[in-house]
Amino acid sequence: MSALLTSRNVADLLGGVTNGVIYSLVALSLVLVWRSTRILNFAQGAMAMIATYIGFAILAPSTNYWISMAVAIVAGMVLGGATERVIVRALYGKPEINPVVAMVGFLLVLESVAAAIWSTSSRGLPTPFSMVDWQLNHKPVAMSPFALYEIITAVVVMSIIAVLFEYTKLGLQLRAAAIAPEVSRLLGVRVGRMLTLGWMLSSGVGAITAVLVASNYFTGLTPTTMDGVFAFGFIAAAIGGLDSPVGALVSGVAMGVVLQFVGDYLNSNAIILVALGMLVVSLMLRPNGLFSAERQRRV
Amino acid sequence: MIRVDGVSVAYGAVQALRDVSLEAATGAITAVLGANGAGKTTLLRTISGLATPRSGTVSMDEVVLTGKRTEDIVRVGVGHVPEGRGVIAEFTVEENLRLGAMIAPGPLGEALAQQYEWFPVLGERRKQAAATLSGGERQMLAMARALIAGPSVLLLDEPSLGLAPLVTAQLMHTVADLCSTTGLTVILVEQNARSALRIAERAVVLYLGRVVADDEAAVVARDDQLRQYYLGMVE
Repeated sequence: MSALLTSRNVADLLGGVTNGVIYSLVALSLVLVWRSTRILNFAQGAMAMIATYIGFAILAPSTNYWISMAVAIVAGMVLGGATERVIVRALYGKPEINPVVAMVGFLLVLESVAAAIWSTSSRGLPTPFSMVDWQLNHKPVAMSPFALYEIITAVVVMSIIAVLFEYTKLGLQLRAAAIAPEVSRLLGVRVGRMLTLGWMLSSGVGAITAVLVASNYFTGLTPTTMDGVFAFGFIAAAIGGLDSPVGALVSGVAMGVVLQFVGDYLNSNAIILVALGMLVVSLMLRPNGLFSAERQRRV
Repeated sequence: MIRVDGVSVAYGAVQALRDVSLEAATGAITAVLGANGAGKTTLLRTISGLATPRSGTVSMDEVVLTGKRTEDIVRVGVGHVPEGRGVIAEFTVEENLRLGAMIAPGPLGEALAQQYEWFPVLGERRKQAAATLSGGERQMLAMARALIAGPSVLLLDEPSLGLAPLVTAQLMHTVADLCSTTGLTVILVEQNARSALRIAERAVVLYLGRVVADDEAAVVARDDQLRQYYLGMVE
């Protein structure tokens, strides 16, 4: 048993899951926005990065980790809501290229602003749990308290989102406003508010993700901290289906695991290539994504 | 009572309604008839705030509705079952109803029970996705979803569209029943003039955005000229 837990394959699996839940969170954040407003938020990672700076750089570094995280989440949600109201609202009903250009532009603006204010040098966040792997019979298990913290946080966040959407009155309205905005208005749903709230939730999830990424000792916080993670999360969302939260979860974790094995057995330089290959193949086989419920609707 | 006063609506260069005035009496069914493109749907959309008039006003019992948001007009008591029913196919029957009940004052359980009593088939299928319902069942769901909010006015846009004649007859019977038992005010837009005239007290005929007739339903039903030229009812 202990030989199994410390074996190379299990180490890859555990490491992959730990990376994968981060991709899942990024993908979930993209899905939340795509479902409600049909916009691909390319600035998602950058918005989350700004929220993390607000939580951890503006407050003195000595401040309690959890207070900083709470501040980051609130800052992320406010930024998300404001982005929907100010930038995104002007993009509804415009040609599809407009939101793409606008959000990529916003990404660049945010990264430049962050670099101007906080510089581009990496800043270490306090790490709330040890990143040293647990040992079993003096061999490492490829699972540290910090990794477990990442996984548990991801599971909690996803469960909260799932319960909110499936079992609450607010979730019913959020879903209805996304699927059928005009009908929802006829039933009294304040659709504008729901869209703003969708962006706030997405950005809240994004902020938590960025805090997890940046509190990893090896990454730290820089204006481009989220770029790599965002790319993988984006690919995961596209593979899983942009309108499917379950797809985001499954394909994020699956991608983390596959890429971990690729990095270990092949070459770490092959990781991005394989990720893009997975994207191309899945888009060829199922353009709407593996878990997308999107289909021709009957009238 | 719903009063439409001198309403004109245009979509770009297309004039959909021209100086339309009419009244829908409380507790009665007012049919709005006319061919495709006569402006019937636009009239309902204007009442519920989905379309904005260039001129004119819509009011309900002295409350001016024009200028209010759709979400607020619904809260004043106007229920609108849109063209094509607008059932959310991805939702279950009960989720559709829960969404409609969101602005209802009373407890959800009672509101649901009331609708299942009026439309028993919805109760039997409450856990099913709305996508699995037949056309008639979907129309019932759309009506129940509007009624569960407890409106005093119900706008129905072509409820008979795509339904078999027998199903249409049942549906019209249900509408008439609801109206007489609950005192609901109904504005019934129909291309199927025959079945609408059977249950309506009053009928307004639209032609290219104008009111060409506004009279008791029985009178409209007997008017050969109206029947022939505007309602396409050729014997």
